Amino acid sequence: MKKARVATIWLDGCSGCHMSFLDMDERLVELSEYMDVVYSPYVDQKEFPSDVDLTIVEGALSTDHDIEMIKKIRKNSKKILALGDCAVTGNISAMKNLFGTEAVMQKAYFDLVDHNESGKYPQEIVPTLLDKVIPLNEAVDIDYFVPGCPTPADAIYEVLKAVLEGKEINISELTRFGK
Amino acid sequence: MIKEKVRVKTFKIDGIDVTGQSNATLLEVANEHGIKIPTLCYFEGLTPAGACRMCLVEVEGSDKLIPACTAKIKEGMEVTTNSERIKSHRKMILSMIFAERTHTCSVCVSNGHCELQDQAVDLGLDHSEVPYIHKVFEIDASHKEYIYDPNRCILCTRCVRVCDEVEGAHALDILSRGIDAKIIHDMDEPWALSESCTSCGKCVHVCPTGSLFEKGVSATEMVKKKSIITNLIKTRKER
Repeated sequence: MKKARVATIWLDGCSGCHMSFLDMDERLVELSEYMDVVYSPYVDQKEFPSDVDLTIVEGALSTDHDIEMIKKIRKNSKKILALGDCAVTGNISAMKNLFGTEAVMQKAYFDLVDHNESGKYPQEIVPTLLDKVIPLNEAVDIDYFVPGCPTPADAIYEVLKAVLEGKEINISELTRFGK
Repeated sequence: MIKEKVRVKTFKIDGIDVTGQSNATLLEVANEHGIKIPTLCYFEGLTPAGACRMCLVEVEGSDKLIPACTAKIKEGMEVTTNSERIKSHRKMILSMIFAERTHTCSVCVSNGHCELQDQAVDLGLDHSEVPYIHKVFEIDASHKEYIYDPNRCILCTRCVRVCDEVEGAHALDILSRGIDAKIIHDMDEPWALSESCTSCGKCVHVCPTGSLFEKGVSATEMVKKKSIITNLIKTRKER
């Protein structure tokens, strides 16, 4: 059987769900027989590949770069799995929406810093924050939703196995919002 | 008002023959017969409000979905509690409840002990079907023991009803309509300044989410003692 080409990425998340992925421990060896990780913080691959079977996305969409990436991911992936509450609901990343981007920038670049010689927000290299943080499905179609904060390793394993084998699975039996 | 004579009525829920007293609600009869209908705003012993619409059911001969918690039973009626149509409506209703406010389960005091979370699991809702709104509400932490966070309020009105019907104080009510609605104390005073609040805490313990909670608890630590209120209502009825 041909191995599935799997990518993983974290956008506006804390990397906790990627840590949880690693917490699958020895089960990663078993999964590696069915999948190759072709793009991920775990591997050294700079460009997002063009023919991915499944992309696992951690984190919400907060910047213009996140939007660019999720569109590219949608275009280049057969299936997308939203991993964790930030990707599924916005979660902690979206709490910023209660205060607004301007307030957050003011706090980060003026109120809490000792030096900001330019007296401006950064305009180059760092991506521009969106007005509102959104979960993945508010920008592109998502195939699988696996909530949790972070999603438990057992849930990731069961879902991945089912997805790779093309089997139906009841995700609510494995994890929930805030788990 | 002439008191209606209580009779027994026979009808069908999900094809099962059931009987109930003529003044009973559909939900009460379903519960008596072990037929589970999901609820959120319903609290046994309090006047039903029909606020959350989770308990919507189909009645043969009508296109409308009706809330089981407020529906009176009728002789010979045929009720369906779990069709694909109802399931899809319930998922949409639950999505709208989640998306209307900012629940952020992961950092909520009630995470793991929340009826809203439990409903999502029971209905298999793994994401909201509508966009999140993130309207901002100010938290009232003025009371010495309790906090009200309207950002986690689902407007079930259990707190309003328990304060009125069980404590007898009616210190709480709803201000505004729709998305602006929130629970207020007296004439929208800070909780600490409410003259009618007795600080009994019943509102906190009937709250299905982390909207009303005790001071000093951290994420996942707020476990509501609903049985205290249920027992209180039962004991009073028996007197």
